[in-house]
Amino acid sequence: MNLADDPFTLFGLPPRMAFDRAALDERWRRLQGEVHPDRFAAEGAAAQRVAMQWAVRVNEAYAILKDPLRRAECLCGLRGVPVQAERHTDMPAGFLMQQMAWREALDDAATDGNAAAVQALADDVTAQERQTLAHVQSLLDDVGDVPAAAQQVRVLMFLQKFRRDIDRRLDALESP
Amino acid sequence: MALLQISEPGQSPDPHQRRWAVGIDLGTTHSLVAAVRSGVAECLPDESGEVLLPSVVRYLEEGRRQIGRAARDAQALDPENTLVSVKRLMGRRLADVAGAERLPYRFVDRPGMVAVATRDGEKTPVEVSAEILAALRQRAEDTLDDDLYGAVITVPAYFDDAQRQATKDAAQLAGLNVLRLISEPTAAAVAYGLDRGSEGLFAVYDLGGGTFDISLLRLSRGVFEVVATGGDAALGGDDIDEALARHVLQQLGRLADSPHDKRAVLVAARAAKEALSQADTVTLTATLGGEAVSLAVTRETLEALARPLIDRTLSAVRRVLRDARVTPAEVQGVVMVGGSTRMPRIRTAVGELFGREPLVDVDPDQVVAIGAALQAQALAGQGRDGELLLLDVIALSLGLETMGGLVERVIERNTTIPVAKAQEFTTFQDGQTAMAIHVVQGERDLVSDCRSLARFELRGIPPMVAGAARIRVTFQVDADGLLSVSAREQTSGVEAAVTVKPSYGLADDDIARMLRDGFSHAEDDLAARKLREARVEAERMVLATGSALRADGHLLSDVERSTVEALVASLRSIASGEDADAIEAATEALAEGTEAFAAARMNQGLRQALAGRRIDDV
Repeated sequence: MNLADDPFTLFGLPPRMAFDRAALDERWRRLQGEVHPDRFAAEGAAAQRVAMQWAVRVNEAYAILKDPLRRAECLCGLRGVPVQAERHTDMPAGFLMQQMAWREALDDAATDGNAAAVQALADDVTAQERQTLAHVQSLLDDVGDVPAAAQQVRVLMFLQKFRRDIDRRLDALESP
Repeated sequence: MALLQISEPGQSPDPHQRRWAVGIDLGTTHSLVAAVRSGVAECLPDESGEVLLPSVVRYLEEGRRQIGRAARDAQALDPENTLVSVKRLMGRRLADVAGAERLPYRFVDRPGMVAVATRDGEKTPVEVSAEILAALRQRAEDTLDDDLYGAVITVPAYFDDAQRQATKDAAQLAGLNVLRLISEPTAAAVAYGLDRGSEGLFAVYDLGGGTFDISLLRLSRGVFEVVATGGDAALGGDDIDEALARHVLQQLGRLADSPHDKRAVLVAARAAKEALSQADTVTLTATLGGEAVSLAVTRETLEALARPLIDRTLSAVRRVLRDARVTPAEVQGVVMVGGSTRMPRIRTAVGELFGREPLVDVDPDQVVAIGAALQAQALAGQGRDGELLLLDVIALSLGLETMGGLVERVIERNTTIPVAKAQEFTTFQDGQTAMAIHVVQGERDLVSDCRSLARFELRGIPPMVAGAARIRVTFQVDADGLLSVSAREQTSGVEAAVTVKPSYGLADDDIARMLRDGFSHAEDDLAARKLREARVEAERMVLATGSALRADGHLLSDVERSTVEALVASLRSIASGEDADAIEAATEALAEGTEAFAAARMNQGLRQALAGRRIDDV
């Protein structure tokens, strides 16, 4: 067991997309119980430093494992096809058209101060995210087509970034 | 098993029998200190049996001070020298203080943090807070009849890095060893949750005198996990007082110009506000410009005035629910914390949002200190093993300034701490050997709208062609929510020297000067205190190493073990001498010498956790 282990090995969990969230959370809490610096508050600065490194690593691994997008990205990398979003700018044409339409709708709704419309848009994007994620899961766990999965992960990254933009606009509308 | 004996006159001959760690709630309006005695966490009272210490410090002639009730009662008499709600000024510059002109103080606009001019010189919020902390420390040490090992101090979840660092500085000045800074809502959840053995998703709505926090926590078998947190570090009961005060002056057609009048109308407003939690109408009285004035105020009027402030809190609640992807119905209980939650309108509003009655049966004034005391006990190693664990988050995003004054987020809000994130930079000029990085905290997109934390200068980058250098900058936020930065040039492996110029706060020089100038509650001179602290720390290390060897000595080879034992023996003998620096050096040597051992123990613990071999894991 060492700091450089991949998240799945660190957590002792099978390297696939499907997972039990409750079991993952429980494993994370148990690991933090072992490595959190607070457990070593009375044991000196060196122990706290080492604990900090492990706690940070456990938190980082947890963040990756619980977020389906990052989990998928990690799996693609482990299976030899890193996602590398910055290198691949080719996206399906239909997808790009939809992105543009969505962006326009967001700008219009936000300018009008129409929180309900912005929320509706958020819901649409979330639905699309769920669909794409299901596809990624099937490609990785069932079909075994890693390059196709990596492509879909890049699509998912786009979607997630857009949804975050929507959330930010919602925040701004809530409290100007 | 030989034990390190530190015998000083008056001290118990067996100091390791008990390690007193307390919890301190350093509040805007009131402060408290609590400890766990005989298995019960309780707030410690002063000589008159009161647990609440008003967070008020009055500076008198000849360097004397009044702290607490006596100071609070004099605030209308001596408004310029009686500092109230100083928590609102911690880590802030004058420009950050909204409504500064309505306060009776003589502000000094210093670049790092605002200060107040008093008859005893200029005082920073850190010094004022240190007075309060020192008074609480005194109270605790008198009550417990022993020195304190350390304290857990609470801060609003929404306090940024500047405000947290200022709090730590104040504790250092007061001679307290800060075991951990914890969030007030988390502390309240601990006090509440452990008491009832609750499990599930809980919200803590914490409206104090000057700050508002809303936290969503998941409680599960002694683990308190913050899912999301939000709030406003400049919103509290004081603002409701101010709104009412403005209304009263308007209705009376008067102005409050003098410091006395400003303070008088605020005091009267607060009294009226509190009375209106029980009554429907009240007569507010005050002396303005030497003249007695009065005005009838109804609960309706107060609620109308408070409405925009209450709405701001509800917006923050909705945002936190959004961040957590949780609906109000999924929240099993809402805990109300802070004196301001006694207002009926607030309870109703929160009840409506969550669709259930808020939980109000815990004393909203004491609950935070009690939670802190429970955590302090656990950190001092006195609590039952494995019972309490707090997993908190960073409340505000951390980002870097990029081209055009924009912010690039490095660590998102609500990320569990401790956390580290690395970012790679490169040079843009041939032979460039230094670069500057500006770190900010906040959710906005423009640097100018965020809080500037610090400017880091990286020096010693090996000269290369532009764009060839790969400088990996690592941002780490520790369990207290404090940021530290390190940098390394990847191709050469050179650790760039990082100097931090904090945009706020006290320079190390300031603190050293204050310690030298003799802080009011410092009993001994600096040298004696340093020696005592060095010895205490040495003893801690020796004890900790001893228990580690007993538990896991089998992880070491014979050679490794005797090396460690030699370091321990060396430290013991040096600690019985008078040289504080030598003791510190020997302590550090032992710490370094056991680092590999600590890592090995950590690995062992992890393997056991994964294999599920923990005894209480059924």
